Amino acid sequence: MRRSARLGLTALVLAVGTGKGTGADLQGFAAINRGRYLAAAADCGSCHTIPGSNHPFSGGRPIETPFGILVSPNITPDRETGIGAWSDDEFDAAVRKGRRRDGKLLYPAMPFPYFARMSQQEVKDIRTYLATVEPVHNAVAVNQLPFPLNQRAVMMVWDRLYFAPWTFKDEPSKSKEWNRGAYLVQGPGHCGACHTPKTFLGGDKLSKPLQGYTLQGWVAPDITSGQGPLGQWSVDDLSQYLRTGHNRFAAAAGLMGEVVELSTSKLSDGDIYAMATYLKDVSGPRPAADSSGDSSVLAAGGAIYQDLCSACHKSDGTGVPNLIPNLAQAATVNTGDPTTVLRVILQGAQSVATDREPTGPAMPAFGWQLNDTQVAAVATYVRNHWGKAPPVSADDVNKERKALDARTN
Amino acid sequence: MARKLPRKDVVIIGLGWTGAIMAYELAEAGLDVIAIERGPWRNTATDFPPGYAADELRFRIRHELFLRPGQTTFTFRNKASQTALPIRNWGAFMPPNGVGGGGVHWNAETWRFLPSDFVLKTHLTERYGAGFLPEDMTIQDWAVTYDELEPHYDKFEYLCGTSGQAGNIKGTIMEGGNPFEGPRSRPYPNPPQDQPFSHTLFAKAARDLGYKPFPQPSGNMSRPYQNPLGVRLGPCTYCGFCEWFGCGNYSKASPQTTILPALIRNSNFSARDNSEVTRIDLDSSGKRATGVTFVDTAGDEWEQPADLVVLSAYTIFNVQLLLLSGIGKAYDPSANTGVVGRNFTHQTVSDVVSFFDSAKFIFNPFIASGAIGMCIDEFNGDNFDHAAHGFVGGGYVGQVQTNGRPIETTPVPPGTPLWGAEWKQAVKENYQSATKPGTGVHGSMYSYRDVYVDLDPTYKDRFSRPLVRITMDFHDNEIKQNKFLTDKFAEIFEAMGAKQVHKEYRKAPYDITKYQTTHLCGGAIMGSDPNTSALNRYLQNWDVPNLFVLGASAFPQNAGYNPTGTVAALAYWAADAIRTKYLKNPGQLINA
Repeated sequence: MRRSARLGLTALVLAVGTGKGTGADLQGFAAINRGRYLAAAADCGSCHTIPGSNHPFSGGRPIETPFGILVSPNITPDRETGIGAWSDDEFDAAVRKGRRRDGKLLYPAMPFPYFARMSQQEVKDIRTYLATVEPVHNAVAVNQLPFPLNQRAVMMVWDRLYFAPWTFKDEPSKSKEWNRGAYLVQGPGHCGACHTPKTFLGGDKLSKPLQGYTLQGWVAPDITSGQGPLGQWSVDDLSQYLRTGHNRFAAAAGLMGEVVELSTSKLSDGDIYAMATYLKDVSGPRPAADSSGDSSVLAAGGAIYQDLCSACHKSDGTGVPNLIPNLAQAATVNTGDPTTVLRVILQGAQSVATDREPTGPAMPAFGWQLNDTQVAAVATYVRNHWGKAPPVSADDVNKERKALDARTN
Repeated sequence: MARKLPRKDVVIIGLGWTGAIMAYELAEAGLDVIAIERGPWRNTATDFPPGYAADELRFRIRHELFLRPGQTTFTFRNKASQTALPIRNWGAFMPPNGVGGGGVHWNAETWRFLPSDFVLKTHLTERYGAGFLPEDMTIQDWAVTYDELEPHYDKFEYLCGTSGQAGNIKGTIMEGGNPFEGPRSRPYPNPPQDQPFSHTLFAKAARDLGYKPFPQPSGNMSRPYQNPLGVRLGPCTYCGFCEWFGCGNYSKASPQTTILPALIRNSNFSARDNSEVTRIDLDSSGKRATGVTFVDTAGDEWEQPADLVVLSAYTIFNVQLLLLSGIGKAYDPSANTGVVGRNFTHQTVSDVVSFFDSAKFIFNPFIASGAIGMCIDEFNGDNFDHAAHGFVGGGYVGQVQTNGRPIETTPVPPGTPLWGAEWKQAVKENYQSATKPGTGVHGSMYSYRDVYVDLDPTYKDRFSRPLVRITMDFHDNEIKQNKFLTDKFAEIFEAMGAKQVHKEYRKAPYDITKYQTTHLCGGAIMGSDPNTSALNRYLQNWDVPNLFVLGASAFPQNAGYNPTGTVAALAYWAADAIRTKYLKNPGQLINA
């Protein structure tokens, strides 16, 4: 019943859409379908939808950057507040060149440096698909940055430094699969937008691709085959994670949970496997030398761990495959930056639920129960007992607690 | 005046096990389903976090997960000649509340009834003659057979990931399982849980006495499990906080850990929590339900129209809602007419607390899980010849010690002061070396003409509706049955080497203040005759065919087992009938 109602709505939108003077072929199923798939691969929905909203792509979601808050624009086909009145070329310029309709420059929260790897035809297909979604009237005040960052002209400098538009070219020495994966990771998937370390101007550190970064209160860990989790994961482990949000080691939560829910879980098994194949082949630095916490801190943390954590994560930290993350090998635990582990201890986290893994298990918050010293002890324990990550201080916890209290997401 | 909401295909009253099962099955069939639940929504991580999930005071003593008596209660009396008075603190049973219902706080003891339980009246009459049954006993056949329910039992066990040892696979008796159980189509999905020391010792003593002990089938996971809906459960940690508690680590089968994650992914399902259904609405003919009326927390009244109404609240509230909605004829015990409220039953649970030499026995009773235990079934149902004993019915007995929680489980020898230094000393001496089985004797209670439910003439709820009134007492048959079972149970503890065995028989009059189990049954029973049953064999109401009533309220009498397995199997059975029969031809499925 619900399904037929949806079809009816889509048909209506299609009928309205054809009157809009866009060049897109709205009668063409193939183009719409390709566009839908690429829009999922590019994860347009994450940034351009307020989570939980029934109006996908209608914008208004705050995107936190080191420079201030940007708000995503409405990309539904609404003519006044969305992109309904845009030409295909204008849309292409925005997605692949970082230029707005008025010629001004986009901030790189819009990952056009990655999207530049897509072809003009592919972007046109995305546009064709977006023209079929329900138009929503929603005017968004996009730029909320302070002066002088709110002057888009500053982006000219940034573009010159960090934006090298080039289309994707296959690496002939590598397999077809590897090349497909490389394209998806470097292009529409824009994995580096979160996982590549940034310069002080917010540009990618091109010498350290995919070696980990922290943004919006979450650690995006190193996803090379070096010191990050992927060193231990097989291609199948990684595929399963991207497809379902869970595998024998980990559960996707927070921003990565959104990526799985709205993007990677909607890709074909072949494309997922290709991305995993490519990522497993990206080399990275080896783990740093041992760094241990104080033995009394470890003892205190171990006691808290046995009381509060071991019921789910088990005494040996191995968790339960596809349900409870393996702390002994967790990327977000065994990394230099404790942001995620502190966030999850203090606030809890819900992992993603997907059609193939509908459970969506969650971890409860412990911030109400443990003080900063106790959180620091248990965090140090889980980071140090099985791994080699540096200790966490009560000050670190206090800072994170305050940051979380101030957060709106 | 109620405000009217958009029509749905199905409205479900109560989102516990049966509501969740029905919602999932009908949403999968493509119907637009809404469930309305009196209590709050509950999630594992946020509502049962390990930081306080094991708080006995909060959950066991102060009844965190249960209905608040201020929201609604019931009145009770033993005999029709007495005046019933309202209950202000839950006692003999616990009315569940909130999404997941009793499935959140149960121990997860997942039994099937015996094949003969479903044809009880016929079976006992054939074996012992009609004159053997007490004159005022009103037991009936169920109008559904074990064989018909078997696939649905199986479906529920695989939904839950039940841990157990099969005793009878397609007629072949399996070593280590219950040899008395009906034939099952395949083994349990998971092996039994590991047994604590006292349970192992009990099994050995029982075996030495010639019985066939087996591990109790359990919805506590013996290993990680993914069910057929794709939902995952984790292994049990044997913390001993199951009954009265939500499971904080996804280890106990509940609607939250087995169905709801899959159910809520259906766009044609929605739920409304904190909303109390006050009546089932009927059209002017009184033969068709048009939907339900409910009240939200603001006190606003809403009408939810629907083509099909599924009543799946707790036993007494199912009966109350039928009575308040004027559906079916109310039972009148003096005239012995009417169907709604008749054949109401509970259970006869009793204890044997045993004290062992603390120098030789250390049981570590805190290592426990909700449905852990070694049981024997020799004295259940009609597994033994009752002719010489002068009663019918029975139950399983077992060392089913589900916890060693500090407030509740501090057994001390009879004669010990109830508090103070001497009591503390006795607790200290006996804590590790005493056994206190929770549902050690889990006996049947059969139905009688003078045990029933109706509306109270005096007391009203917050909506000015009459409270439901329970009239219940034990009869000689149940007292004899309980004495017999308790004595048999005690013999096993003596064989284990207990130095002191203390029997706590279940006695008349029925005591509403002392907890037994939450297994209330009957009141809106199923059967083949509309004059003696409220529902047909598909749990379809005889008077209002677009109303199905799920739950133990459908049991014509209670058997000697925990009811959840049968409650769930009946829900699947009814869902199957709706999907394969009713939807094709909506109307009365049985002509009687």
